Amino acid sequence: MAGPAKKFRPDQMGYYNKAELSRVNYKPPREDWMDTKPEFRIGNFIYPAKPKNLICVGLPNPREWAPMDEDWKLPENWKEILLEGIAERLEKYRSFRLFMDICVRCGACADKCHFFIGGGDPKNMPVLRAELLRSVYRKHFTTAGKILGRMAGARDLTYDVVKEWFFYFFQCTECRRCSVFCPYGIDTAEITIIGRELLNLIGLNVNWVLEPVANCYRTGNHMGIQPHAYKEMTEFLLDDLETVTGIKVTPSFNRKGAEILFITPSGDIFGDPGTYTYMGYHYLFHYLESMGLDITWSTYASEGGNFGLFTSHEMMKRLNAKMYAEAKRLGVKWILGGECGHMWRVINQYMGTMNGPADFLEEPVSPITGTKFENAKSTKMVHICEFTADLIKHNKLKLDPSRNDHITLTFHDSCNPARGMGFFEEPRYVIKNVCNNFYEMPENTIREQTFCCAGGAGLGTDEMMEMRLRGGLPRGNAVQYVQKKHGVDHLACVCAIDRATLVTLCNYWAPGVEVTGVHEMVANALVVPGEKKRTQDFRFRPLKGMEEEADV
Amino acid sequence: MRLLLPLIAVLALTLIAYAGVSGAGMNYLFGVFIPYAAFLIFLIGFIRRVVQWGRSPVPFRIPATCGQEKSLPWVKRNRFDNPFTTGEVIIRMLLEVFLFRSLFRNTKVDLREGPILRYGSAKWLWLGALAFHYSFLTILVRHLRFFTEPIPFFVKWAETLDGILQVGVPAFYQTDMVILAAVAYLFLRRVFVPQLRYISLANDYFPLFLILAIALSGILMRYFFKTNIVGVKELTMGLVTFSPKIPEGIGVIFYIHLFLVSTLFAYFPFSKLMHLGGVFLSPTRNLANNNRAVRHINPWNYPVKVHTYEEYEDEFREHMKEAGLPVEKE
Repeated sequence: MAGPAKKFRPDQMGYYNKAELSRVNYKPPREDWMDTKPEFRIGNFIYPAKPKNLICVGLPNPREWAPMDEDWKLPENWKEILLEGIAERLEKYRSFRLFMDICVRCGACADKCHFFIGGGDPKNMPVLRAELLRSVYRKHFTTAGKILGRMAGARDLTYDVVKEWFFYFFQCTECRRCSVFCPYGIDTAEITIIGRELLNLIGLNVNWVLEPVANCYRTGNHMGIQPHAYKEMTEFLLDDLETVTGIKVTPSFNRKGAEILFITPSGDIFGDPGTYTYMGYHYLFHYLESMGLDITWSTYASEGGNFGLFTSHEMMKRLNAKMYAEAKRLGVKWILGGECGHMWRVINQYMGTMNGPADFLEEPVSPITGTKFENAKSTKMVHICEFTADLIKHNKLKLDPSRNDHITLTFHDSCNPARGMGFFEEPRYVIKNVCNNFYEMPENTIREQTFCCAGGAGLGTDEMMEMRLRGGLPRGNAVQYVQKKHGVDHLACVCAIDRATLVTLCNYWAPGVEVTGVHEMVANALVVPGEKKRTQDFRFRPLKGMEEEADV
Repeated sequence: MRLLLPLIAVLALTLIAYAGVSGAGMNYLFGVFIPYAAFLIFLIGFIRRVVQWGRSPVPFRIPATCGQEKSLPWVKRNRFDNPFTTGEVIIRMLLEVFLFRSLFRNTKVDLREGPILRYGSAKWLWLGALAFHYSFLTILVRHLRFFTEPIPFFVKWAETLDGILQVGVPAFYQTDMVILAAVAYLFLRRVFVPQLRYISLANDYFPLFLILAIALSGILMRYFFKTNIVGVKELTMGLVTFSPKIPEGIGVIFYIHLFLVSTLFAYFPFSKLMHLGGVFLSPTRNLANNNRAVRHINPWNYPVKVHTYEEYEDEFREHMKEAGLPVEKE
């Protein structure tokens, strides 16, 4: 590994030498993959969940343990629990059963995974990641595997196998890029989701996932922000907004009888640069209020994201339930959702099934344009970019894109809206209307082929730094490409995890590129009646041509 | 070992058939009994496997979307890579099954100093797979000549088309060449691409060797060791009409060919070859991306423990009141 640069720790990006890190060794080891063991070292795994978080949501085997220890303090009957868990899931998920049986190991997925491209570890080839589980399936659930054993690619479920699962199922961001290329549509996210579900049965989980889960369960959001603090933090940000725009925005919280409930990830209220997007929503809603928008925020359903997805199907459902429950309690007509990646995978592919039918809500209609969102008539939840695109299409927003002229932008398709939804044109349409300088990254790195930020699915923590930087190479490299070619200095995305993780990634692979959200760009360009002469953007940076006036 | 053992196995199978027929004279066993048994195993095994898959429900609608979704009416959508209706799903599936659309997308990554990542088109696997499957299909159709009387038109078409070059007597079939080339390609990439060698199991090499041996024995029979073709047809027609008989004068090469084919049939349901059935059932491909408009039902959906608003307010009520947030209970 990168020669330890002094003064840096492995959880800091300065520790990793770029030239060394990008010399990836793709040569697989000589030994059979069934005979190699993962090497846990700081930088390539995530710390275990704290017992209090497991207790909070009632997950089994809360205890202190460490992946680098020999003994992981598993329950005595761990093997039995896992095998029963597999059997149960084979009965419940056709995807799982099918994906265990039909892979031909053609290898088309191999170089599609960002962790493999940037790391070279053969077990990060999606095919082999799945084989980690498949080999056990063959041994314990197929006749050929039982009789022929290793000859049939089968192996026993051992303690070492469990450790390997933990290592590699938390080195997958469930981004589904490989599944686009698979001739049978085998979805590694499905394998990883179920793999993690199994690990959760014996108390193997990571704190970066379980702490947000426990927080979200109790306080309504991943960050653990309590209701009064949520309001205060909002007001604090809106003070900044007022400084920039001269307009005081006064949103409502938990207001019964509003027409629309707005839900967005708490990551955006918690830290930069998400905060600017968060302010952007408020600014847009303020603008629309006089045109008839009746919207409220909730502190109980103050999370759009869902780290339950990274834990188990059941946990996903438990956390997601709040959205409809709160919409029902407040008596709103429909729900508007903010920019977030996996949140929209959950809303699009799970929410209606898990917690619907949302028959107490109405089919969403834009109060400004009268547009019926027919594509959301069952789930009754609309994406903010759809909403805004519709407003722009109907000329309802007064926009001055030159206010973004100090920015040269590219757009990162977030994995989940891309491959779990097909959400490509909506954000682009908005961006092109609010921003004059927009350039796409190379085509193999955008849209359905987009590369992950390498921090999704609960991997975006600094202790995972080495893997994040490695997995971030394909995205980082594409950003660097447009940075050099077109002078791109901002990367927009519709995902709160992206806004947290891509900052590090860009700092490392394409220094000088800042991360932003689509609605920060919208709000920059939005001309609101009564605002003062705009000289700064939401980050207190001078607008183009306003450098001197903004210095005041 | 992963490579050698399957090779030995296929050679052994060949030898068994040779010894069984030529040495021990067990023509009936190899000509009638084993083919029947193999076909039965194939049929029952295949159905059982598909039923087993079918019995597991599809709790969630999880298509992998590879194009623009149906959104606002003025947004141009991609119907076949992101289907919204059943009709569009069918087209997506047809493209997948008949043209290997996903494989067509394949790219190759090249990492250079800098670092610079480049993505190149990589269509060889797609081409090889397509060549392999279509020549296999054509050969299969051609073989129906042995199991039908009169021979249906499409079998004759397949023969004419396959022998369109009109070279040699008997007419040379292109698919004989293509399948050998395709199998060789599929085999060689497993051996020479380090990553592929690393992931390949014995179960990946065995079917390749087996199919290669089947093709070779078939080619030998047709072009080199002439077989009593009338006798062969008598035998095969006997099989399909359930009045099996063993005509005299069929060369041992035929029995080897038949035994290898029988092995393939019997092996099929227990192997990765079941992707033939599985590809139709894949939930990331065969479902419409219309969840937000049409609710999907999970048959085993069960109630879960949630943290209710009441519990939430009970914990934070005082703070909420202080902050001026509305509460349910004062």
